[in-house]
Amino acid sequence: MTSSAFALADVLAAEGGGDSGFQSPTIAEFYPEPLASFSLLGIDFEITRITIIMWIATAAIIALLVAAVRKPQIVPGKLQYLGESGYSVVRDGMARDVIGPKGLPFAPFLGALFFFILANNAMSIIPFAQISPNSKFAIPLVLAVITWILYNYVGIREQGVGRYFKDAAIPPGVPAAALILVTPIELLQVFLIRPFTLAVRLFANMFAGHMLLVVFSLGATYLLFVGNFSVIFAPFSFLMAVIMTFFEILVIVLQAYVFTVLTATYLAGSVEPAH
Amino acid sequence: MAILAAEEAHNPLIPPLGEIVVGLIAFAIVYFVFAKFVAPRFEQIYRARREAIEGGIERAEAMQAEAKAALEQYRSQLAEARNEAAQIRDQARAEGQQIIEELRAQAQQESARIVARGEEQLASARQQIVNELRGQIGTLAVDLAGRVVGESLADDVRRRGTVDRFLAELDDMAAESNR
Repeated sequence: MTSSAFALADVLAAEGGGDSGFQSPTIAEFYPEPLASFSLLGIDFEITRITIIMWIATAAIIALLVAAVRKPQIVPGKLQYLGESGYSVVRDGMARDVIGPKGLPFAPFLGALFFFILANNAMSIIPFAQISPNSKFAIPLVLAVITWILYNYVGIREQGVGRYFKDAAIPPGVPAAALILVTPIELLQVFLIRPFTLAVRLFANMFAGHMLLVVFSLGATYLLFVGNFSVIFAPFSFLMAVIMTFFEILVIVLQAYVFTVLTATYLAGSVEPAH
Repeated sequence: MAILAAEEAHNPLIPPLGEIVVGLIAFAIVYFVFAKFVAPRFEQIYRARREAIEGGIERAEAMQAEAKAALEQYRSQLAEARNEAAQIRDQARAEGQQIIEELRAQAQQESARIVARGEEQLASARQQIVNELRGQIGTLAVDLAGRVVGESLADDVRRRGTVDRFLAELDDMAAESNR
């Protein structure tokens, strides 16, 4: 059983008990019971349904992308067109336009990032999954750390160690007196805040989106079975769940886009020295 | 409520190491497939499409140039033909003029020749008539003189000489009066 199902049982139990009221979903939503767990090289692995959902999303996006380019044609079919549109947003809109002329080599990385996040985000509204692996902090963190390593590496490679750290610490054009304030902020920003916000933005959006959906769905169920005049509010809660699902679609695409475009922006700063 | 007890330990911002490793592996697979297979294919498609479009434009340009060249050629041929026609016309006109001139000259020559022959015939006829008349006048004059004198002078050679002399005197007189 999923944790949502436990929460649903709680809701229905509350209806029977009468005094405990609505049990709102808790963080346990994101910690379903492990289906299997093992330890490898001292690392504990837990296979939960979220793990499985992540692998389904990974396999699905790989299958879709491979299917899209399996028989490439000059006049694309539907799937190929879809894949091309997605990739051209990343390749032309980000790698070429945001990073600049040196950006095209990063297009495959940005593309993989975009499609991986998109597929995992999409699981939050796919029936029977309905939770995004990105609502666990691990995956956004992994992606943000990879991005962090990449843009620092590229910055050092393109500008040299001294130049890169000097530009990061002392932005050109800032008056000397202001450096007391600016230098710590800039250093914090580049080396700590950027990856952290990148990870938290994605994680928190998916986390909150899932919570909202669960609250309104459980709320509708609770109101329906509560057994008093509150029944009339059940449709509103249900309607909110539907509306939030559509809102979630927007968030899914937007967060995948935002994560990728910010990665491109950081890479752009590394490829070209600050002006 | 075992779950409620367990969740107290969970901090959503501290992910277990196992999840990080699994996430890393999943993204690595997606990146690998994308970078090695999907992105190059997309690039290939974009390139093929660009080439197809540019090739189409080039082909269209080539065809346009060809059509232009054909039009030029056609025009020059037309002008040439017109030139030639004008030339032929001029030549024909000149030839006609020449033929007319020739015919005229020939006709004039012919008429001059006819006139000359006519004059010649006329002159010879006149000479003949003069000669005949001279004979007849002589005979008549001798006859007349014989009758007047009463003797025939017809076959006397000496008299013929007299007549001839007389006629020659007449000719001279006529020539003098004509002068």
